[in-house]
Amino acid sequence: MALTQDAVLAGIKEIVVEVAGIDAGIIAMDKKFTDDLDVDSLSMVEVVVAAEEKFGVKIPDEEVTKMATIGDAVNFIVANS
Amino acid sequence: MSRRRVVVTGLGATTPLGGDVPSTWANLLAGKSGVRTLDEEWASDFSVTFAARVAVEPSEVMERVEMRRLDRSEQFALIAAREAWKDAGSPDDVDKFRLGVVIASGIGGVITLLDQYDILKTKGARSVSPHTVPMLMPNGPSANVGLELHAKAGVHTPVSACASGAEAVGYALEMIRNNRADMVVTGGVEAAIHHLPMAGFASMKALSTRNDDPTKASRPYDQDRDGFVLGEGGGVLILEELEHAKARGAKIYAEVMGQGLTSDGYHIAAPDPEGTGVTRAVEFALEDAGVDLSEIVHLNAHATSTPAGDVAEANALTAALGEHISHVAVSATKSMTGHLLGGAGAIESIFVALALHHRLAPPTINIKNLDEAVKVDVVRDIPRKLPDGPIAAINDSFGFGGHNVVLIFRSYES
Repeated sequence: MALTQDAVLAGIKEIVVEVAGIDAGIIAMDKKFTDDLDVDSLSMVEVVVAAEEKFGVKIPDEEVTKMATIGDAVNFIVANS
Repeated sequence: MSRRRVVVTGLGATTPLGGDVPSTWANLLAGKSGVRTLDEEWASDFSVTFAARVAVEPSEVMERVEMRRLDRSEQFALIAAREAWKDAGSPDDVDKFRLGVVIASGIGGVITLLDQYDILKTKGARSVSPHTVPMLMPNGPSANVGLELHAKAGVHTPVSACASGAEAVGYALEMIRNNRADMVVTGGVEAAIHHLPMAGFASMKALSTRNDDPTKASRPYDQDRDGFVLGEGGGVLILEELEHAKARGAKIYAEVMGQGLTSDGYHIAAPDPEGTGVTRAVEFALEDAGVDLSEIVHLNAHATSTPAGDVAEANALTAALGEHISHVAVSATKSMTGHLLGGAGAIESIFVALALHHRLAPPTINIKNLDEAVKVDVVRDIPRKLPDGPIAAINDSFGFGGHNVVLIFRSYES
């Protein structure tokens, strides 16, 4: 069953709050992990592993390098769920 | 060129006696024990059911997200370093290329290593935290403090088991003497209260098993001592070149006068009963410090409460100081803090600096019957006043592997 964009965004928000301690209010589809949310390369690995577990998807490393924004991650997960 | 002088201008700690230096020092003078029964499940049916955990959990003073990227030993280092830096007057405008960090650990991030191994076995390699390596590396505590303060003169981590913290202070002294730095944030930390390291120490018969009376278990120099009590936490000192400290009007606790380093070459864990390595280290330190023997009035002993170690140390000190040993007030503060391994030499350096500053030698608790083989003047149960005028004190530390480190501090009068 495909997940909705809203459901995935909500789940990603939870993960980013947990991993990086970012205020949930500023997390949105257009926000960049590194520049806007201060998620460094090590924390990005944590986000990806937590997202795989939460949504039951595989996120290959080459896809991770293309995920600049929250929206990139959400859209990939929605498309592959 | 005359030698650059080095003084202590800031102190920070988190120990089994308190979450900072003032509370630790107050409880130390009051003769309180920081040892207690562990409430972890693994401890309940293990041969040793107690240890000296920090009095204040890092979670009470640190943000959750910061904590999860730091090993417990790194948390201790940052907590102690923040207090020490603030105590030194938060000199943020210091030239960062003249600011160094030397913080030691005996074992490193062993709790992280073991926790992540559990995750590897239960959830697989992909679930192992990307923070694992920076958290378990023994230089992690030093590196994290260096990052926070933007130190660029060098960040170092001596590792010599239970002598590590003292070796760090000695390394910091040399960095300033050698003109590599004007300020060095130094000390030692340890976070090893976990089933595996404790099982290892217990297998060596190194730990006290006085499970029915934990606060009385750490009893250096007592006839019935039966091993050390594992502690955790750490201490950080700000060492600073004297003229640099004076120029910015810094408060000065004491002067770091010198160090003596030797190795036993005898056994991987047991102390050399002849103690010649220790004796020589004291002699080297006295020579390096250039203090008159008559000025030495206090000594914070390594004295961990093991049957062999305490007497070997006391004999070696007697051999080094001769008849003067009877004028030295000896304190074994591990009777209250437990043994912080790589953190021990650091918190005990803090205690020596404070003893000189306040002219008070802290007590040794839990001696019911003094071991007759111990021929030194032990400060028992209550603090002892130290003399007026210029006075100096020794902090000695020894580590598995046969490492001997002796530091000498002196009272500072402007």
